[in-house]
This record gives sequence, C-alpha cells and structure tokens, in this order.
Amino acid sequence: MSSIQSVHINLYILLSTVLFCIGVLGVLFRRNAIIILMSVELMLNAVNLLLVAFSSYWNDAAGQVFVFFVMVVAAAEVAVGLAILITIYRNTKSTDIDILNKLKN
Amino acid sequence: MLSNYVWLIPVFPLIGFLIIGLFGKNLSKGLVGIIGCGSIFLSLLLSAGIFFEVKAHHEAISVNLFDWISAGSFSVSFSFLVDPLSVLFLLIITGVGFLIHVYSVGYMHDDPAFARFFAHLNLFVFFMLLLVLGDNFLVMFVGWEGVGLCSYLLIGFWFKNTEYNKAANKAFIMNRVGDLGFILGIILIYITFGSVRYKEVFDVASSFPAGQTVMIAITLLLFVGATGKSAQIPLYTWLPDAMAGPTPVSALIHAATMVTAGIYMIARSNILYTLAPISMDIVAGVGLFTALFAATIGLFQNDIKKVLAYSTVSQLGYMFLGLGVGAYTGAVFHVMTHAFFKALLFLAAGSVIHAMSGEQDIRNMGGLRKYLPKTYLTFLIATIAIAGIPPFAGFFSKDEILAHAFEYNKFFWFLGVAGSLLTAFYMFRLYFLTFSGKFRGTHHQQEHLHESSKTMTIPLIILAGLSIIGGFAGIPEVFGGTHFLKDFLSPVFAASDFKMFSKHLSHSTELMLMGVTVLAVIATIYFAWMNFVKKQTVPPADSVAVNPVQKTIYHKYYVDELYAMIFTKPIDWLSGKLHKFIELKVIDSAVNFFGTAVNWTSAQARLIQTGYVGFYIFAMVIGIILILFYKLF
Repeated sequence: MSSIQSVHINLYILLSTVLFCIGVLGVLFRRNAIIILMSVELMLNAVNLLLVAFSSYWNDAAGQVFVFFVMVVAAAEVAVGLAILITIYRNTKSTDIDILNKLKN
Repeated sequence: MLSNYVWLIPVFPLIGFLIIGLFGKNLSKGLVGIIGCGSIFLSLLLSAGIFFEVKAHHEAISVNLFDWISAGSFSVSFSFLVDPLSVLFLLIITGVGFLIHVYSVGYMHDDPAFARFFAHLNLFVFFMLLLVLGDNFLVMFVGWEGVGLCSYLLIGFWFKNTEYNKAANKAFIMNRVGDLGFILGIILIYITFGSVRYKEVFDVASSFPAGQTVMIAITLLLFVGATGKSAQIPLYTWLPDAMAGPTPVSALIHAATMVTAGIYMIARSNILYTLAPISMDIVAGVGLFTALFAATIGLFQNDIKKVLAYSTVSQLGYMFLGLGVGAYTGAVFHVMTHAFFKALLFLAAGSVIHAMSGEQDIRNMGGLRKYLPKTYLTFLIATIAIAGIPPFAGFFSKDEILAHAFEYNKFFWFLGVAGSLLTAFYMFRLYFLTFSGKFRGTHHQQEHLHESSKTMTIPLIILAGLSIIGGFAGIPEVFGGTHFLKDFLSPVFAASDFKMFSKHLSHSTELMLMGVTVLAVIATIYFAWMNFVKKQTVPPADSVAVNPVQKTIYHKYYVDELYAMIFTKPIDWLSGKLHKFIELKVIDSAVNFFGTAVNWTSAQARLIQTGYVGFYIFAMVIGIILILFYKLF
C-alpha cells in the first residue's frame, strides 16, 4: 500500500478532474451518439477514481462501496442508452445527433 | 298577539317570489297565478287581523326581528313598527295589490313570461311592505330602493323593445337622483339625533324649537327623495314614460303604491316637517305647482295611459299640497281613495286596450259603451270619483285637503280648485272620447271587441265599490260624521297637531267651499259633455298644425327636451370624451401593456427550445456548474 501513499492526493484530484472535463467536452462537442455515450462513461469513471482515492486517503470503505453503486448504475444506463441509440439508428440510418431537431419551436 | 306575526306579512310575497322565480318554468300558469295571488291574499288577511287589533288598542308596537348592523357605536336592528299609519298602508297595499294580481291572471294570460311577471310583482309587494313596516329609516330605505328596482324590472318587462328599456332606465336613474337626497337626509338625521329609529328621532325632535336650519335641511333633503319616488317637479318625467310597462304594473306601482312612498315618508316624519315651516311651504308649493302643471298636460294627451299617468302626477301633487298645509290625515286619506279609483282607472284602461287589440290612442276609440258594459260602468264610477263629486270617494279626501289649504292661503285654495276643474275636464274628456259617440277604430278592431274575462272584471267591480264607499272612512264633522280615519291616525300625527296652529273653519264656510267646488266641477263636466258628446269634437291627428300654446302643452312643455339639453347631452359628451381619451388611450394601454409584456417574455423564453440535443446537454452542464458554484460560495 505504500506505493499508493507515495503519490500525493492532489495528483489524483487533478487526474480525476482532467478526465471529467475531457468527458464533458466530449459530450458537448462530439456529434456521434456512441462517442457521447463513451464520454459519459468517462465522466462516471473519473468520479469513481476520485471516490476510490479518497476512500483510501481517509481509510473509509464507504467510498469504495459507493463506487460499486455507481458502476451498476453506469452499466444499466449504458444498456438503456445503447437501446435508444439503436432505435434512433433504425429510424434515421445515422448516429448523428444533430439530425434530432424535430422538437424545435 | 297577532302583531307579533307581522313579519309574516312581507314574508308571504317573498316566498311567492322565490317559488315562482325559481320554479316558474316548471309550473302551470294556473298554479303560478294561485301562488302569486294567494301569497298576497294571506298577507291581506293577516293585515286585516292586525288592523282590527290596532284599532282596538291604538298603540304603536315595535316588533324586533334581528340585529342588523352593529358597527362600533352605530347599531340598527331590523324591526317592524305596527301603528295606525303603517297598518293602514298595509291594507291598501295588500288589498289593492291582491285585486291587481287577480286582474293580471287574466290580462297577462297570453304572455309567455307569465311566471316572471308574477315573480316580479310579488317581489315588488315584498319591498313595498318592508318600506311601510320598517321602524327606522334604514329599513324604509331598503324597501325604497327595492321598489325602485322592481319598478325598473317591471317597466322593462318586455325587454326586447329598446324604447321600453330606455323608459325603465329613465325611471331608475331619476329615482336614484332623488335617493341621493334621501340618503343625505338620513345621514343628517343620524348626525343630529344619534339614531335612525323613528321613535327615538321623533321623541328627541319634539323638544326642538321650530325653524332650525338643520331641521329645514333634513326635511328638504327627504323631500328631494320624495320628489323622485313620487314624481313631483322636477323629477316627474319618468312616470309618463313608465307607461311602457304592462297596465297592471302601471296600476299597482305607478298609481296605488310605489308613488305613494314619498307621501308615506313625509307623513311618518310629520313632526320634523311641522318644525320646519319653510319646508312645509316648499312642499305645498311644489305639490300645487305639479298638480296644475301635470293637469294642463293631461288636457291634450291622446294616449289613454298617458292621460292617466299625468293625472297620477297631478293627484300626487294634491297629496303633497295636503302634507304641506298640514292636512296630514287628508293627504293619507287621499292616498287611500286615489289608490282605489286610480287603480280602477288603469285596470279599466287595460281592459279597453285588451278589447281594442292593443290600441291606446283615444282618437281611434269611441262608442265602446255598448261593447264593454262592465268596463264602461266601472270607468265612469272612477271618473266621477276622481272628479270629486259627492258622495264618491274622491270628494271627501280632496275636500279635506282643500279646506286646510283655504285656512293656510286662500290663493292656494283657489289654485287647488282650478286644478280640480282641470282634473274633471280631462278625465271626462277621456271618458267621453273612449266610451261615447261613434266607434272611430278600424273594422278589424271592431270585430274583435269583447268584454274582458271574469278575472279582469271582478277586480274592476270591487274597486268601483270601494271608490263609491271609500270616502265614508273620513266623513267630516260638518256632515255629522265622526271622521273615523282622523281618529284612527291621530296618535301618528298627535305631536304635529299639538304644535301646529290649527285654525278651524266654521261649518258654514266649509259647506260654502264644498258647494262652490262641486258646482264648478259639475259645470266643467257639462262643458266637457258639450264639447265631446254634443259637438263630437275629436282631438286632431298629430300631423295637423295647432296653435303654439296647444303645441307646447301637447309636447309636455318640452321638459324632456330641456332635461336632455341640460343634463343628458353634456354628460353623454363628457362620457364620450372620457372614453376616447382616458379609457382607450390611458387605461387600455396600461392593461394591454401587461399582456404584451407577458407575450414578449414568453417569446424570448421560447427561443431556448431549439430542439438540438447538444444545446440541451450544454444547458444541463451550465446548470450543474451554477449549482456547484452556488454550493461552494
């Protein structure tokens, strides 16, 4: 466990934040629906990383237990998201989300 | 004690109104008629019972119903006063009212709004009973306003006709102008006496000296209210226009009851008037002037109901003359006899109009005597009564007023007699042109001439009987009578009689005055007979030019046009200007601004709904960041 202690907690925070931001930017700027789902996963995993880091830092197992919950939810959500994606593909023959603008005005 | 049940008297017609008003559509006409007439009949029976009770013990009883207003130190209870004056009016209202209700069953039989008519009539009787039963000025005022409302509803009964609606509006608005004076009078009474109850006000008032300014102000303000309700100059023009309503309405409201509310009010407040001699002078003067003015107009009118309307205004003028010269009993006596023969005249006129298929112009009538025997006879009896020929009812009441006028001011007496002569002339002109001579109507009308049904003729006959014997309630001492009415009403006017300088005419003077009047009246009737029967003169058609004086009088001295010029047109102009500038430009813009602002805001808000998923995700991110920052700082 000392190898983990040797890395300063700030670096974990930084890494987690960077991953999260990359995930957000991916959700905002990518047009492909699959990529967006992947970015959402990235955000979730960034959060997981932070939770685990702090769980070790405070020697509190609650953080790691919460990570389990997050992973379960992430899996369920990806299943639903991919199902919706497949339906959209079947209707529009494309995964470009800019095509889905029928609700305007 | 029967008087404890006095509250039932107005409640019967109120229940009648509620039942017929709510369920009239589902009831048969017969049932509506029974409920409508029955409620008034029950009130009549109870009134008669209470009348005999009051006659026996001569006391005034106050029956408290409930505490009405309690605001700080101002408290008014809803109570009824049972005393000779109110019980006499109860009998007149329920008695004549009942006969008119029965008549209406026949008259309004073919009208589709039969139920609504009886509902309104019952409501009117309810309010009128409230008016005369109240034991304080505020309950009277509730009744006062209520009868004004019902008058509006009934004048405009056939509301699909715009002219009738205008007449109804005119009546209501003119009444309200008078009511302003009445309200100010009540307020002044409260300020001066600390109460609005008759007993308390009048007890305190009797200790006042005569001629005080506040008393003059109160009495004049109350009189303004009376001029509105009882159609005196200057607020009389609504009454002839009110003839737009069905004839039973004209009989009940505009002859026998509502218009007598002003006289009731002044008779009730007699002590206040006795303490303000200037006001009494004004009341007498206005009454006399109105009596003559309206009589001259009646001379030239050609609509049977309009002649009777101006006759009513004129006779009301006589009643006010009576009140003004101190003949309180005489004025109330004249209210009673006038109710009998004027209601009879209107109902008989209704019978004539009914028979003539709706014709109301007397120039197109004539010779109806042989077609409508019962109507003709009752109309003749009423005409003799109103002309003041003894021993019919009108003679005794009118003569009592004129005798007091003679004591007061001989010139007033002379003018009063002149008015009587005019009355006799125009009434007999009306009678002769309608019933004598040859028939001047169309052939179609002649075929449909028929005497009215029993429900219409029986009230006529009863009223005719009352017109004959009604005067015997007040046979003066000069004929050896005991003047029952004076005796009966003496407690009400006792305080005034005590204060007033009552000069008494000697019997010989009184007999001479009566003799002169009766002879002059008979001469006038002979003159009318010569003109309209012997010479068969018929008033000219409207297109024929007449001399300027006659033209002015025929057009009612252009008073309506004068009022239009002074009051109606300027207010209309002002109202138009206010509408164009303030209403449209200012208020509408302010209100519309709010609507436009909401519209603009929502238009801006709509732009967020772009439909792009990416934009929505972006909005979510922004929101999360904002929450984060809020939480951190």
